[in-house]
Amino acid sequence: MHHLSTSPAFLRGMTQSRSVSRRDVFRLAGLSAAGLALSACGVQGQQKAAPKPSEVAGFWAGKQKNGKVVFANWPEYMPEDRGPLKKFEQETGIKVEYLEVIEENASFFGKAEPQLRAGQPLGYDIIVMTNGTQFAKMQALGYLVALDHKQLPNFAANAGAKYKNPAYDPNNTYSIPYTSGMTGIAYNTKYVKDPIKSIQALFDPKYKGKVGMMADSQEIANYGLLALGVAPEQSTKADWDKAAAMLQKQREDGIVRKYYDQDYIDAVSKGDVWLTMGWSGDVFQRQLAGEPVAFMVPEEGGTIWTDNMMIPKGAANPVDALMLMDYLYKPEIAAELTEYIQYVTPVPAVKDLLSTKAAGLKGEDKEALEAMIESPLIFPTEADYAKLHTYVTPSTPAEQEAFESMFQAVTQG
Amino acid sequence: MRRVRAAAAPYLLALPAWIWFAIFFVVPIAAMASVSLTTGNLLEGFQQTFSVSNYAKAVGQYHTQLIRSLIYGGIATLIMLVLAYPMAYWIAFKGGRRKSMYLFLLLLPFFVSFVLRTISWGFLLADDGILFGPLKSAGLLPADFHVLATDVAVIGGLVYNFLPFMVLPIYVALERVDPRVVEAAYDLYASRLAAFRRVVLPLSLPGVFAGVLMTFVPATADPVNARILGGTGNTMIGNIIQTEYLTNNDYPTASALSFTLMAVLLVGIFVYARSLGTENVLEAAAR
Repeated sequence: MHHLSTSPAFLRGMTQSRSVSRRDVFRLAGLSAAGLALSACGVQGQQKAAPKPSEVAGFWAGKQKNGKVVFANWPEYMPEDRGPLKKFEQETGIKVEYLEVIEENASFFGKAEPQLRAGQPLGYDIIVMTNGTQFAKMQALGYLVALDHKQLPNFAANAGAKYKNPAYDPNNTYSIPYTSGMTGIAYNTKYVKDPIKSIQALFDPKYKGKVGMMADSQEIANYGLLALGVAPEQSTKADWDKAAAMLQKQREDGIVRKYYDQDYIDAVSKGDVWLTMGWSGDVFQRQLAGEPVAFMVPEEGGTIWTDNMMIPKGAANPVDALMLMDYLYKPEIAAELTEYIQYVTPVPAVKDLLSTKAAGLKGEDKEALEAMIESPLIFPTEADYAKLHTYVTPSTPAEQEAFESMFQAVTQG
Repeated sequence: MRRVRAAAAPYLLALPAWIWFAIFFVVPIAAMASVSLTTGNLLEGFQQTFSVSNYAKAVGQYHTQLIRSLIYGGIATLIMLVLAYPMAYWIAFKGGRRKSMYLFLLLLPFFVSFVLRTISWGFLLADDGILFGPLKSAGLLPADFHVLATDVAVIGGLVYNFLPFMVLPIYVALERVDPRVVEAAYDLYASRLAAFRRVVLPLSLPGVFAGVLMTFVPATADPVNARILGGTGNTMIGNIIQTEYLTNNDYPTASALSFTLMAVLLVGIFVYARSLGTENVLEAAAR
């Protein structure tokens, strides 16, 4: 092979006429013009206002139970034996198809959005999404069915006050919580000897190259803001600038090894990173498996998020979906769920139920359950809640874009 | 009548392929071209404005990642070429009766999913994993030595994942070299090196071209290796397109980026084909 600039063939190619003729070029242009004609209208905006009560009543009037419901959820969010769902099937005669198909809000929304926009059903009656950007888009675009609260008596009776009427979905118009969890710091106790207290540990040069941060813009922005002493939910664009600059410096100083999604938990338990931003329940599940990982909420505060159940537009079995959503708010069912998934339950009565159960157990089982009941990360006290913040909420699409690009420049630069 | 039908037969036989091509290539690419010329956002809708601002954004904001991807793809392709050529040569000329077994062994990793293979590489290369753990405790490597989360890991992953696509076309080209031609070269007093340089190598170049085409393009656009094996500062253009599409729902920018990448790759390939002395690029690709 010749060097490019001295190659006779290359020079010939540069100076003589191309194999691609002008006619070919026109042909290509013709094709793209056809493509433009196909979709020249662009993508229509679909932004919707909150529904009127009469509309909601109109939707639900005459809707009946069909004997079937399809529940799309995240992995590790239901006991292996599917106990709560089996009981529901026995009590109601409704067949539940349970799918673990949601692994990330953004990619789930990215895949569902074109389908929902085209008015096609997703094939799911219940989906679970975190309060955040994508859930807000689902609401704004009118992709969700407004819930009929007359059919949610267990939710009304048993949900804790903190889980009703949340800021991200006023009056629980579209959603009721499935479970909550915290974003804190996960660390490997084999490498990190002195317990971590402050969020500043993530910025400590002592751990250079051994710190994991989250790739999600919301998550990482929260931690930048908290490190600056700003409450994320009250932050302004000026605060974001400062937080992004701080996170950029953290990266340039070589402190961050990598920006993780769900795979941070493997990295920290293997020791690829020694400490990382992490989610509470993941860490507890690893602890139960005997891995040397610990979790804490920094003294400056952490964040709390909620995964919510909702009914997507076009769902075939909305009444059955409501019945199942409500069923999960029976305290004994919620207790069974909490014991397995190790996240924060929206049903406060679960704590007493589990205490009663622990009293009847012996040995290790008893100890494990008691430790769980006392854990502030599964049953947070008022003081714990006071330290927990919610997410940044950009108000316009332009602001949203600015926010995303600011923090993506850090995580994907 | 029969003659008409006979004349139409090849076209009719090709019809499924044309329909496939139209539905799964022409229409999507035309739609993507159209989307790349819209402006707006998901909530307010995207309007067809024929503005090229998305291209300006794609190049302006993401040229670092684009150039990085081309460099990673280029280095990976070169390493693959260096590894693959002797491998293909050996199988073609020295493989003997076991040729097909060697080829099968080469393809064996492909029975495991792409993502899973990459994750197992991550497992293998973990800082205190099965490879580096013992070396570190034996004092042969410094404690903070790591390969994961570096460009070495990303390029290594690309090489590992795409290597067979380089070996196979080169093997096919070498396998077709008539041994008598090489013998003739020796008869004409060519040394082994000269016979290789002036006979075997030129005859295998179409295979090299196909191999480079089949590895450079997917390696440059690949989002998986950077995502799983990379660290900060290893993000490739494939990851950016994914983020723009799935996370930001900025379909115009994602489309513009895809087109930019396609254009850059096409230009690269044409230049490369010319540099190989190929008169007609498409002819070379078809060989």
